[in-house]
Amino acid sequence: MEKEPGITKKVDEFLEIFRKGEEFTKEILRENEKLRFRIAQLEGAVQKPAEEESVRMYEDRIRKLEEEINAVMERYHKVEEENKDFASKYVEVEEINNALANLYVASYQLHSTLDFDEVLRIIIEIVINLIGAEVFAILLIDEKTNDIVPVSAEGIPLEMVPKARFGEGIIGSVAKEGESYFAADISSGGDVAKGEPIVCIPLKIKEHVIGAIAIFSLLTQKEGFTNVDYELFNLLAGHAATAIFSARLYTQSERKLTTIQSFLELLKEKPKR
Amino acid sequence: MPNILVVEDSPTMRQLISFAMKRIPNARVIEATDGVDALKKLSSEKVDLILADINMPVMDGLKLVSLVKNNQSYKDIPVIIITTEGAREDKERALAIGANAYLAKPIQTQELIKLVTSFISA
Repeated sequence: MEKEPGITKKVDEFLEIFRKGEEFTKEILRENEKLRFRIAQLEGAVQKPAEEESVRMYEDRIRKLEEEINAVMERYHKVEEENKDFASKYVEVEEINNALANLYVASYQLHSTLDFDEVLRIIIEIVINLIGAEVFAILLIDEKTNDIVPVSAEGIPLEMVPKARFGEGIIGSVAKEGESYFAADISSGGDVAKGEPIVCIPLKIKEHVIGAIAIFSLLTQKEGFTNVDYELFNLLAGHAATAIFSARLYTQSERKLTTIQSFLELLKEKPKR
Repeated sequence: MPNILVVEDSPTMRQLISFAMKRIPNARVIEATDGVDALKKLSSEKVDLILADINMPVMDGLKLVSLVKNNQSYKDIPVIIITTEGAREDKERALAIGANAYLAKPIQTQELIKLVTSFISA
Protein backbone atom coordinates (compact mmCIF):
# COMPACT_ATOMS: atom_id res chain seq x y z
CA MET A 1 0.00 0.00 0.00
CA GLU A 2 1.45 3.30 -1.00
CA LYS A 3 1.22 6.10 1.43
CA GLU A 4 -0.25 9.34 0.44
CA PRO A 5 2.53 11.92 -0.06
CA GLY A 6 0.54 14.59 1.83
CA ILE A 7 0.28 12.50 4.98
CA THR A 8 3.99 11.64 4.92
CA LYS A 9 4.85 15.23 4.57
CA LYS A 10 2.63 16.13 7.51
CA VAL A 11 4.14 13.34 9.59
CA ASP A 12 7.61 14.61 8.75
CA GLU A 13 6.59 18.12 9.62
CA PHE A 14 5.08 16.94 12.87
CA LEU A 15 8.21 14.96 13.69
CA GLU A 16 10.28 18.00 12.80
CA ILE A 17 8.16 20.15 15.08
CA PHE A 18 8.37 17.52 17.80
CA ARG A 19 12.20 17.35 17.50
CA LYS A 20 12.40 21.09 17.64
CA GLY A 21 10.10 21.04 20.67
CA GLU A 22 12.33 18.42 22.26
CA GLU A 23 15.43 20.46 21.56
CA PHE A 24 13.74 23.57 22.84
CA THR A 25 12.70 21.78 26.01
CA LYS A 26 16.24 20.46 26.42
CA GLU A 27 17.53 23.97 25.82
CA ILE A 28 15.14 25.33 28.46
CA LEU A 29 16.22 22.63 30.92
CA ARG A 30 19.90 23.48 30.29
CA GLU A 31 19.16 27.13 30.77
CA ASN A 32 17.23 26.29 33.90
CA GLU A 33 20.20 24.31 35.16
CA LYS A 34 22.53 27.21 34.37
CA LEU A 35 20.23 29.64 36.15
CA ARG A 36 20.03 27.42 39.23
CA PHE A 37 23.79 27.21 39.28
CA ARG A 38 24.01 30.94 38.90
CA ILE A 39 21.43 31.50 41.65
CA ALA A 40 23.41 29.18 43.88
CA GLN A 41 26.58 31.11 43.02
CA LEU A 42 24.91 34.42 43.75
CA GLU A 43 23.42 33.14 46.97
CA GLY A 44 26.91 32.00 48.04
CA ALA A 45 28.35 35.34 47.06
CA VAL A 46 25.72 37.10 49.14
CA GLN A 47 26.42 34.86 52.26
CA LYS A 48 30.22 35.14 52.12
CA PRO A 49 30.46 38.87 52.88
CA ALA A 50 28.10 38.35 55.85
CA GLU A 51 30.38 35.66 57.27
CA GLU A 52 33.46 37.79 56.69
CA GLU A 53 31.72 40.65 58.42
CA SER A 54 30.96 38.54 61.49
CA VAL A 55 34.54 37.20 61.55
CA ARG A 56 35.82 40.75 61.45
CA MET A 57 33.39 41.69 64.21
CA TYR A 58 34.57 38.78 66.37
CA GLU A 59 38.18 39.61 65.67
CA ASP A 60 37.52 43.18 66.77
CA ARG A 61 35.86 41.97 69.93
CA ILE A 62 38.77 39.61 70.63
CA ARG A 63 41.21 42.44 70.07
CA LYS A 64 39.23 44.71 72.37
CA LEU A 65 39.02 41.99 75.01
CA GLU A 66 42.74 41.36 74.71
CA GLU A 67 43.36 45.06 75.17
CA GLU A 68 41.06 45.07 78.18
CA ILE A 69 42.85 42.01 79.62
CA ASN A 70 46.20 43.72 79.10
CA ALA A 71 44.91 46.87 80.79
CA VAL A 72 43.51 44.82 83.68
CA MET A 73 46.79 42.89 83.99
CA GLU A 74 48.72 46.12 83.94
CA ARG A 75 46.45 47.51 86.67
CA TYR A 76 46.80 44.24 88.60
CA HIS A 77 50.60 44.45 88.47
CA LYS A 78 50.43 48.09 89.50
CA VAL A 79 48.15 47.23 92.46
CA GLU A 80 50.43 44.31 93.32
CA GLU A 81 53.41 46.68 93.37
CA GLU A 82 51.44 49.16 95.47
CA ASN A 83 50.50 46.31 97.80
CA LYS A 84 54.15 45.34 98.20
CA ASP A 85 54.98 48.96 98.82
CA PHE A 86 52.23 49.22 101.45
CA ALA A 87 53.42 45.98 103.08
CA SER A 88 56.98 47.26 103.35
CA LYS A 89 55.68 50.63 104.60
CA TYR A 90 53.58 48.76 107.19
CA VAL A 91 56.68 46.90 108.40
CA GLU A 92 58.56 50.20 108.50
CA VAL A 93 55.75 51.87 110.49
CA GLU A 94 55.67 48.86 112.85
CA GLU A 95 59.42 49.21 113.41
CA ILE A 96 59.05 52.94 114.07
CA ASN A 97 56.14 52.18 116.39
CA ASN A 98 58.27 49.66 118.31
CA ALA A 99 61.16 52.08 118.45
CA LEU A 100 58.87 54.83 119.76
CA ALA A 101 57.46 52.45 122.38
CA ASN A 102 61.02 51.61 123.49
CA LEU A 103 61.96 55.27 123.64
CA TYR A 104 58.78 56.11 125.53
CA VAL A 105 59.37 53.36 128.09
CA ALA A 106 63.01 54.39 128.48
CA SER A 107 62.25 58.08 129.02
CA TYR A 108 59.23 57.29 131.22
CA GLN A 109 61.36 55.06 133.44
CA LEU A 110 64.23 57.56 133.58
CA HIS A 111 61.96 60.30 134.90
CA SER A 112 59.90 58.06 137.17
CA THR A 113 62.13 58.57 140.20
CA LEU A 114 64.34 61.10 141.96
CA ASP A 115 66.36 58.48 143.74
CA PHE A 116 69.96 58.61 142.49
CA ASP A 117 70.65 54.87 142.85
CA GLU A 118 67.37 54.01 141.17
CA VAL A 119 68.16 56.32 138.25
CA LEU A 120 71.49 54.51 137.83
CA ARG A 121 69.68 51.15 137.98
CA ILE A 122 67.19 52.27 135.32
CA ILE A 123 70.01 53.46 133.03
CA ILE A 124 71.65 50.03 133.47
CA GLU A 125 68.35 48.28 132.63
CA ILE A 126 67.92 50.38 129.50
CA VAL A 127 71.47 49.74 128.33
CA ILE A 128 71.13 45.97 128.92
CA ASN A 129 67.56 45.40 127.80
CA LEU A 130 67.12 47.91 125.02
CA ILE A 131 70.63 48.32 123.65
CA GLY A 132 71.95 44.85 124.46
CA ALA A 133 75.23 45.81 126.17
CA GLU A 134 76.98 43.21 128.32
CA VAL A 135 79.88 45.10 129.93
CA PHE A 136 79.56 48.80 130.54
CA ALA A 137 79.96 51.57 133.10
CA ILE A 138 78.39 54.89 134.00
CA LEU A 139 80.95 57.58 134.80
CA LEU A 140 80.36 61.06 136.22
CA ILE A 141 82.62 64.10 136.18
CA ASP A 142 83.94 65.11 139.58
CA GLU A 143 83.92 68.88 139.23
CA LYS A 144 86.54 69.31 141.99
CA THR A 145 89.19 67.00 140.51
CA ASN A 146 88.02 67.00 136.86
CA ASP A 147 88.26 63.22 136.94
CA ILE A 148 85.57 61.13 135.27
CA VAL A 149 84.70 58.67 138.02
CA PRO A 150 82.84 55.36 137.53
CA VAL A 151 79.66 55.29 139.67
CA SER A 152 78.06 52.09 138.44
CA ALA A 153 79.10 49.13 136.31
CA GLU A 154 77.52 46.04 134.80
CA GLY A 155 79.30 42.87 133.76
CA ILE A 156 82.46 43.81 135.70
CA PRO A 157 83.17 44.93 139.28
CA LEU A 158 83.04 48.72 139.65
CA GLU A 159 86.61 48.77 141.03
CA MET A 160 87.90 47.37 137.74
CA VAL A 161 86.74 50.40 135.78
CA PRO A 162 89.53 53.01 135.80
CA LYS A 163 88.93 56.73 136.27
CA ALA A 164 89.39 58.84 133.17
CA ARG A 165 90.97 62.28 132.93
CA PHE A 166 88.93 65.07 131.33
CA GLY A 167 90.09 65.47 127.72
CA GLU A 168 92.32 62.38 127.81
CA GLY A 169 91.63 59.02 126.14
CA ILE A 170 88.33 58.04 124.55
CA ILE A 171 86.14 58.66 127.62
CA GLY A 172 87.93 61.92 128.50
CA SER A 173 87.58 63.21 124.92
CA VAL A 174 83.89 62.32 124.78
CA ALA A 175 83.37 64.18 128.08
CA LYS A 176 85.27 67.19 126.73
CA GLU A 177 83.82 67.32 123.21
CA GLY A 178 80.31 66.15 124.08
CA GLU A 179 80.20 63.93 120.98
CA SER A 180 79.42 60.20 121.01
CA TYR A 181 82.18 57.75 120.11
CA PHE A 182 81.60 54.54 118.12
CA ALA A 183 84.52 52.19 117.42
CA ALA A 184 84.92 51.13 113.80
CA ASP A 185 84.88 47.47 114.84
CA ILE A 186 82.47 46.68 117.66
CA SER A 187 82.69 42.90 117.34
CA SER A 188 86.05 42.48 119.13
CA GLY A 189 84.99 44.46 122.22
CA GLY A 190 86.80 47.21 124.11
CA ASP A 191 89.47 47.19 126.80
CA VAL A 192 88.18 47.98 130.29
CA ALA A 193 91.62 48.27 131.91
CA LYS A 194 92.82 50.77 129.31
CA GLY A 195 89.52 52.65 129.43
CA GLU A 196 88.86 51.97 125.75
CA PRO A 197 85.18 51.35 125.13
CA ILE A 198 83.56 50.40 121.83
CA VAL A 199 80.87 53.02 122.42
CA CYS A 200 80.98 56.08 124.64
CA ILE A 201 77.96 58.35 125.07
CA PRO A 202 78.28 61.74 126.77
CA LEU A 203 75.68 62.54 129.43
CA LYS A 204 74.71 66.11 128.56
CA ILE A 205 72.36 68.76 129.89
CA LYS A 206 72.17 71.05 126.88
CA GLU A 207 75.90 71.53 126.14
CA HIS A 208 77.11 70.81 129.66
CA VAL A 209 78.57 67.31 129.97
CA ILE A 210 78.14 65.70 133.39
CA GLY A 211 79.50 62.24 132.60
CA ALA A 212 79.51 59.37 130.14
CA ILE A 213 78.28 55.84 129.51
CA ALA A 214 81.10 53.59 128.31
CA ILE A 215 80.13 50.29 126.67
CA PHE A 216 82.96 47.73 126.50
CA SER A 217 81.11 44.75 124.99
CA LEU A 218 77.72 43.72 123.65
CA LEU A 219 75.62 40.61 124.36
CA THR A 220 76.61 37.68 122.11
CA GLN A 221 73.34 37.79 120.21
CA LYS A 222 73.70 41.53 119.51
CA GLU A 223 75.53 41.79 116.21
CA GLY A 224 75.39 45.50 115.57
CA PHE A 225 73.50 48.71 116.19
CA THR A 226 70.17 49.59 114.62
CA ASN A 227 68.61 53.01 114.09
CA VAL A 228 66.65 52.68 117.31
CA ASP A 229 69.92 52.04 119.19
CA TYR A 230 71.29 55.37 117.99
CA GLU A 231 67.99 57.02 119.00
CA LEU A 232 68.37 55.40 122.40
CA PHE A 233 71.95 56.65 122.65
CA ASN A 234 70.69 60.18 121.93
CA LEU A 235 67.86 59.76 124.43
CA LEU A 236 70.27 58.47 127.07
CA ALA A 237 72.68 61.33 126.39
CA GLY A 238 69.99 63.88 127.26
CA HIS A 239 67.39 62.23 129.48
CA ALA A 240 69.77 60.11 131.56
CA ALA A 241 71.87 63.20 132.28
CA THR A 242 68.80 65.20 133.34
CA ALA A 243 67.56 62.32 135.49
CA ILE A 244 70.96 61.93 137.18
CA PHE A 245 71.29 65.69 137.68
CA SER A 246 67.76 66.01 139.13
CA ALA A 247 68.24 63.01 141.40
CA ARG A 248 71.57 64.38 142.64
CA LEU A 249 70.03 67.81 143.31
CA TYR A 250 67.06 66.23 145.05
CA THR A 251 69.32 64.04 147.22
CA GLN A 252 71.46 67.06 148.09
CA SER A 253 68.43 69.22 148.90
CA GLU A 254 66.94 66.38 150.96
CA ARG A 255 70.21 66.12 152.88
CA LYS A 256 70.31 69.88 153.38
CA LEU A 257 66.67 69.90 154.48
CA THR A 258 67.37 67.16 157.03
CA THR A 259 70.38 69.12 158.32
CA ILE A 260 68.37 72.33 158.56
CA GLN A 261 65.49 70.53 160.26
CA SER A 262 67.88 68.97 162.78
CA PHE A 263 69.44 72.37 163.38
CA LEU A 264 65.99 73.93 163.92
CA GLU A 265 65.07 71.11 166.29
CA LEU A 266 68.26 71.85 168.21
CA LEU A 267 67.42 75.55 168.35
CA LYS A 268 63.91 74.76 169.59
CA GLU A 269 65.23 72.47 172.27
CA LYS A 270 67.88 74.93 173.60
CA PRO A 271 65.57 77.33 175.55
CA LYS A 272 64.11 74.38 177.50
CA ARG A 273 67.54 73.74 179.04
CA MET B 1 40.52 37.47 125.26
CA PRO B 2 44.01 36.03 125.87
CA ASN B 3 45.49 36.71 129.30
CA ILE B 4 49.26 37.08 129.21
CA LEU B 5 51.26 36.87 132.42
CA VAL B 6 54.48 38.91 132.22
CA VAL B 7 56.96 37.86 134.91
CA GLU B 8 59.88 40.29 135.08
CA ASP B 9 61.63 41.98 138.01
CA SER B 10 62.88 44.94 135.99
CA PRO B 11 60.14 47.61 135.77
CA THR B 12 61.63 48.90 132.50
CA MET B 13 61.54 45.50 130.88
CA ARG B 14 58.14 44.67 132.37
CA GLN B 15 56.67 47.88 130.98
CA LEU B 16 58.29 47.30 127.62
CA ILE B 17 56.94 43.75 127.30
CA SER B 18 53.49 44.79 128.55
CA PHE B 19 53.48 47.62 126.02
CA ALA B 20 54.22 45.15 123.24
CA MET B 21 51.65 42.62 124.46
CA LYS B 22 48.89 45.25 124.56
CA ARG B 23 49.31 45.56 120.80
CA ILE B 24 48.00 42.01 120.36
CA PRO B 25 44.26 42.35 119.70
CA ASN B 26 42.16 41.81 122.84
CA ALA B 27 45.17 40.75 124.89
CA ARG B 28 45.08 41.46 128.62
CA VAL B 29 48.38 41.76 130.47
CA ILE B 30 48.88 40.58 134.03
CA GLU B 31 52.20 41.61 135.61
CA ALA B 32 54.27 39.78 138.20
CA THR B 33 57.63 40.81 139.66
CA ASP B 34 59.05 37.32 140.32
CA GLY B 35 58.22 33.60 140.32
CA VAL B 36 56.37 33.65 143.64
CA ASP B 37 54.27 36.62 142.57
CA ALA B 38 53.57 34.79 139.28
CA LEU B 39 52.30 31.68 141.14
CA LYS B 40 49.97 33.92 143.17
CA LYS B 41 48.61 35.49 139.98
CA LEU B 42 48.20 32.02 138.42
CA SER B 43 46.03 30.90 141.32
CA SER B 44 43.73 33.91 141.06
CA GLU B 45 43.60 34.60 137.32
CA LYS B 46 43.02 32.60 134.16
CA VAL B 47 46.31 32.73 132.26
CA ASP B 48 46.76 31.74 128.60
CA LEU B 49 50.50 32.35 128.24
CA ILE B 50 53.45 33.11 130.50
CA LEU B 51 56.38 35.33 129.49
CA ALA B 52 59.10 34.97 132.14
CA ASP B 53 62.59 36.33 132.67
CA ILE B 54 65.23 33.83 133.87
CA ASN B 55 67.16 36.03 136.28
CA MET B 56 64.80 37.20 139.01
CA PRO B 57 65.03 37.51 142.78
CA VAL B 58 62.97 35.28 145.16
CA MET B 59 62.19 32.69 142.47
CA ASP B 60 63.86 32.64 139.08
CA GLY B 61 62.24 31.88 135.74
CA LEU B 62 63.58 28.33 135.46
CA LYS B 63 62.13 27.34 138.86
CA LEU B 64 58.83 28.91 137.85
CA VAL B 65 58.78 26.94 134.56
CA SER B 66 59.47 23.67 136.38
CA LEU B 67 56.68 24.34 138.94
CA VAL B 68 54.20 25.34 136.23
CA LYS B 69 54.99 22.33 134.03
CA ASN B 70 54.69 19.92 136.98
CA ASN B 71 51.31 21.27 138.05
CA GLN B 72 48.26 19.53 136.56
CA SER B 73 46.27 22.77 136.41
CA TYR B 74 48.97 24.87 134.72
CA LYS B 75 51.05 22.39 132.71
CA ASP B 76 49.34 23.23 129.40
CA ILE B 77 49.99 26.97 129.64
CA PRO B 78 52.71 27.87 127.11
CA VAL B 79 55.78 29.46 128.70
CA ILE B 80 58.20 31.70 126.82
CA ILE B 81 61.50 32.38 128.57
CA ILE B 82 63.20 35.76 128.13
CA THR B 83 66.74 36.38 129.24
CA THR B 84 69.95 38.24 128.53
CA GLU B 85 71.75 34.93 128.26
CA GLY B 86 72.41 34.08 124.66
CA ALA B 87 74.29 30.90 125.39
CA ARG B 88 73.03 27.70 123.84
CA GLU B 89 73.13 25.73 127.11
CA ASP B 90 70.75 28.23 128.80
CA LYS B 91 68.34 27.87 125.94
CA GLU B 92 68.57 24.09 126.10
CA ARG B 93 68.18 24.11 129.91
CA ALA B 94 65.02 26.23 129.66
CA LEU B 95 63.53 24.05 126.94
CA ALA B 96 64.50 20.83 128.78
CA ILE B 97 62.49 21.77 131.87
CA GLY B 98 59.44 22.46 129.75
CA ALA B 99 59.64 26.02 128.42
CA ASN B 100 57.87 26.22 125.06
CA ALA B 101 60.12 28.88 123.54
CA TYR B 102 63.09 31.05 124.30
CA LEU B 103 63.85 34.68 123.43
CA ALA B 104 67.13 36.49 124.06
CA LYS B 105 67.48 40.15 125.07
CA PRO B 106 67.57 42.75 123.67
CA ILE B 107 64.09 41.84 122.55
CA GLN B 108 62.88 42.63 119.07
CA THR B 109 59.26 43.64 119.70
CA GLN B 110 58.01 42.31 116.36
CA GLU B 111 59.64 38.95 116.99
CA LEU B 112 58.10 38.79 120.48
CA ILE B 113 54.60 39.66 119.23
CA LYS B 114 54.90 37.07 116.43
CA LEU B 115 56.01 34.35 118.84
CA VAL B 116 53.31 35.09 121.42
CA THR B 117 50.62 35.27 118.72
CA SER B 118 51.68 31.87 117.37
CA PHE B 119 51.02 30.29 120.79
CA ILE B 120 47.80 32.18 121.47
CA SER B 121 46.24 31.39 118.11
CA ALA B 122 47.42 27.75 118.13
